[in-house]
Amino acid sequence: MSKLIFRRLLELAGVLLGVSVLVFLMIRLIPGDAAQVMLGASGDASETQVRQLREKLGLNDTLPVQYGRWIGAMAQGDFGASIWTGKPVIEEIGQRIGVTAELTALSLLLAVVFSVPAGALMAYFRGSKSDVVMRVVTITGVTMPGFWLGALLIFAWAVWFPGWQTLGSIPPFAEDPWQHLQRMFLPTVTCALPVVASLARIMRSAMVDALGQDYIRTARAKGLGEWTVTFKHALRNSLIPFVTALGIMAGYLFSGAIVVEQVFAIPGLGRLMLGAIADRNYPLIQASILVVTCGFVLLNAVIDLLYRVIDKRAGAAP
Amino acid sequence: MPRHEPPGRSQGEYRSPRGEGILMNWRQAFERNPVLVLAALLVLLQVLVSVFAGFIAPYDPVAQAVDARMAAPSAEYWLGTDKFGRDVLSRIIHGYRSSLGIAFSAVFFALLLGGSLGTWAGYKGGWADRIVMRLADILFAFPIMLLAIGVIAILGTTTVSTIIAIAVVYAPIFARLLRGPTLVLRGADYIHAARSFGASDLRIIFKHIMPNLVSVILVQASLSLSTAILLEASLSFLGIGAQPPAPSLGRMLSEGRDYMSLAPWAAIFSGFAILLASLGFNLLGDGLRDHLDPRLRGLN
Repeated sequence: MSKLIFRRLLELAGVLLGVSVLVFLMIRLIPGDAAQVMLGASGDASETQVRQLREKLGLNDTLPVQYGRWIGAMAQGDFGASIWTGKPVIEEIGQRIGVTAELTALSLLLAVVFSVPAGALMAYFRGSKSDVVMRVVTITGVTMPGFWLGALLIFAWAVWFPGWQTLGSIPPFAEDPWQHLQRMFLPTVTCALPVVASLARIMRSAMVDALGQDYIRTARAKGLGEWTVTFKHALRNSLIPFVTALGIMAGYLFSGAIVVEQVFAIPGLGRLMLGAIADRNYPLIQASILVVTCGFVLLNAVIDLLYRVIDKRAGAAP
Repeated sequence: MPRHEPPGRSQGEYRSPRGEGILMNWRQAFERNPVLVLAALLVLLQVLVSVFAGFIAPYDPVAQAVDARMAAPSAEYWLGTDKFGRDVLSRIIHGYRSSLGIAFSAVFFALLLGGSLGTWAGYKGGWADRIVMRLADILFAFPIMLLAIGVIAILGTTTVSTIIAIAVVYAPIFARLLRGPTLVLRGADYIHAARSFGASDLRIIFKHIMPNLVSVILVQASLSLSTAILLEASLSFLGIGAQPPAPSLGRMLSEGRDYMSLAPWAAIFSGFAILLASLGFNLLGDGLRDHLDPRLRGLN
């Protein structure tokens, strides 16, 4: 087991290294002179300004030297400064990432609460005519464009609940918990729906797999009802593939949250990054991508480890 | 009787070697898997609409009818007009062409690049395999939207960079998908036999390995197209996809939201078009997977 954990850690380090190299190369892959391009967004820049920025970004050194300096600075908490405001980018990200992370977490929670029973019921009714209907319904859910659903919900809410504010920044939970949750409700539902559908499908196929196992036959043979067999014996064992999928789904949800934020005009990380693209504020884009991606890599590593602790059989496999 | 028709094969007497006509196959396929047939028709219809967009669209998608701004759906404008008096239906038809075009190109390049690297990795094994698969792991680590945003930040907001961004997201999927079966197949007896006859690596890959991978590729390509359409629409909704005047379903929806209380049809129908496009390919991929999977075939 400890040998396995060591190997996993080594792989983890490799992925983090690779991610950081790719994000580092971003600025260097810009066609033409990066400093010129970055300053170009604000209109005409003088030759001196371009030279100064190139100097500041360290674009004149060799790539390994640049990378070493970049990663060294980050190890000390310096993720670079916004090229327009001069403020440390990590501060700006810190101010904005909270609501995006909350939206991701709430939608994941909502998705889990609904998809487990939905998937289990789908497995229970498998093979019947309703199977085809459920398949079409869940696939429609998976392909539902979040921004469309969000726009429709905003439209419907304006008609049904005229007093319910749907757009703009959300008051912090500490200030007004009720208002906060009320405002988070629609974005969370919008974000969660496609994931409810795909998690329900994963749950269903895990359940169908589990229902074909020997211990299920044993359970049936000793006279347990189909309902108990499905929801007690099969359900518990289906949760293992389901939990593995959660890590990946969290990444999807985060991607969705960036779009949904835009629909509900919530000033989160998505809006910050879109602004940064328009301003060519590369240090900000780099730091956002790096911080979030590393966060998800670590999250998935923890899930993987937990999964191995829970499921003793998987511990042996590489 | 036309001269080119071979004797004895006219008037519906022709049967394929398996003893069933193409129509029979369709009917059988429909009975066995109605969703697959309907999905295939939906996809076919969408492809035809995009290819012949110029002929089908009743109006010029950018022509502005000043006297018919935000007109409700009517016999004249089936899906109404937007805030500039442009016909929503014509814009959706041209939007389909651009969405499907971008999605097809992106998935094609992802398959070409990711697929060939994956096949090569599986075939060669060893270091080549390790390098390609680690690279795929690294790309998989990024949440897709961040990866796409990163690529677009580098290349700018153009149609080409949207295609590249989506291709980068999907390339590792095809690499992983094709590497596994290639790894298994390269140890098969008939591959050893081909090699002993002096077949080159390329010949073995294309002639002896690829035919086994076609069904896997078809299923994944269809499913990828479905999500690529959504990703493209998301990017153009965010304003970092193809820029005006290129038509785009995502941007139509984004613009339509601004006057949703006055003319909801622009946003509602463009969003519905995105859903239909994505849904068609997803149902097709899902149905094909069942249809082509030898383990599931004939079970129902």
